[in-house]
Amino acid sequence: MTSETFTPRDWSGQPAYIAPDYKSTTLRGPTKPLIPIPQTLSELTGPVYGHDSVDTHDADLTRNGRRNGEPLGERIIVAGRVLDDNGRGVPNTLLEIWQANAAGRYIHQTDQHDAPIDPNFFGGGRCVTDADGHYRFMTIKPGAYPWPNHHNAWRPNHIHFSLFGGSFLSRLVTQMYFPGDPLLDLDPIFLATPEQTRSSLVSRFSLDITQPGFALGYAFDIVLRGRDATPMEA
Amino acid sequence: MAKSRQTPSQTVGPYFAYGLTPEQYGYQHGLRSLAGPDMAAGDVEGLRVRIEGRVFDGADAPISDALIEIWQADALGRYAHPADPRGRNSGFTGFGRCGTGIDPRNRFIFDTIKPGAPADGQAPHLNVIVMMRGMLLHAFTRIYFPDEAANATDPVLNRVPTDRRSTLIAIPLGRDAYRFDIHMQGERETVFFDV
Repeated sequence: MTSETFTPRDWSGQPAYIAPDYKSTTLRGPTKPLIPIPQTLSELTGPVYGHDSVDTHDADLTRNGRRNGEPLGERIIVAGRVLDDNGRGVPNTLLEIWQANAAGRYIHQTDQHDAPIDPNFFGGGRCVTDADGHYRFMTIKPGAYPWPNHHNAWRPNHIHFSLFGGSFLSRLVTQMYFPGDPLLDLDPIFLATPEQTRSSLVSRFSLDITQPGFALGYAFDIVLRGRDATPMEA
Repeated sequence: MAKSRQTPSQTVGPYFAYGLTPEQYGYQHGLRSLAGPDMAAGDVEGLRVRIEGRVFDGADAPISDALIEIWQADALGRYAHPADPRGRNSGFTGFGRCGTGIDPRNRFIFDTIKPGAPADGQAPHLNVIVMMRGMLLHAFTRIYFPDEAANATDPVLNRVPTDRRSTLIAIPLGRDAYRFDIHMQGERETVFFDV
């Protein structure tokens, strides 16, 4: 067995645990130094979810929540590649997404925003990457919504993404934003990300992904921690 | 040298449930859950154990929108993953998820099996990812069991300063049940790892 390890977490490109402008971080982020530990089998393994984990319509959010018609809003396609930080596509890895509807409302019980629920839109989806790391979702463009962080605070349009990658160490939960959104420059969650990596959270409009006469396309690639390029033999 | 920067993490937010734990939160219409708090369904071999706990913020208030993920070995210490060459105990994925928004006391409650030690010199443990609204990137920790002789030699526990080690060891709660509270801050702040 090779003792391959995973690349370290790129701390300089990650938001800090405590970002005072995002108020709820101040009581929730760890304050003591993290304890460095070796990468053991416990970290170098991780949950495996392949194509048998996903149902036919799971990647099409315009279909998987229908009751009596089509969901309202602007249909979009979100597609891209999952890569590791050595530039290799990550095959057969699960992506899970969740988002607000076109009006900026989540169906979650605790979302009290005064905007309509869409009976034909659930807002959750999942898919598994192909052999080269490609994925593709069909969905509705999510709306912006207010949140209580500060006076007149609004979250920019976004889609939540959850990924596993090759091990417990490559786990990533993030958010994808849309190009040209004026709320990005005002959002403490987006702005908590260091400037040098922030733009990688913003998708790119793509005419290639756009389906003529049907839906606009956005490209969003995701980079996970991968195996170190120079593995050592045990 | 890595070719591409890792995508930054963002908070899981308050509304993760219908994407990540739909069945636990009672969404009938939508996705089925890929993983939940009942990890030891069916005829999986091993001692059934319950692990429950709460997540406390810096003001010692329980957090109602945290998500806990568990990754663990089977009763013989084997992981259901190709990097573990020893094969797997069929039917046990080793992965569980539980949000803290359903239990009236904001507990996470996992029903699972007690893992075996993954290697000589290691103590049995569960690997934990903690995330929540108000946390921009997830934190790694571990749950160990009390009264395990191997805790004394475990290579990870031994990296932890002695006075903080107890934050990683579950407390017995009756027969085959344990409590593991997670403190995000304060004197009892749980040890989180850089790994």
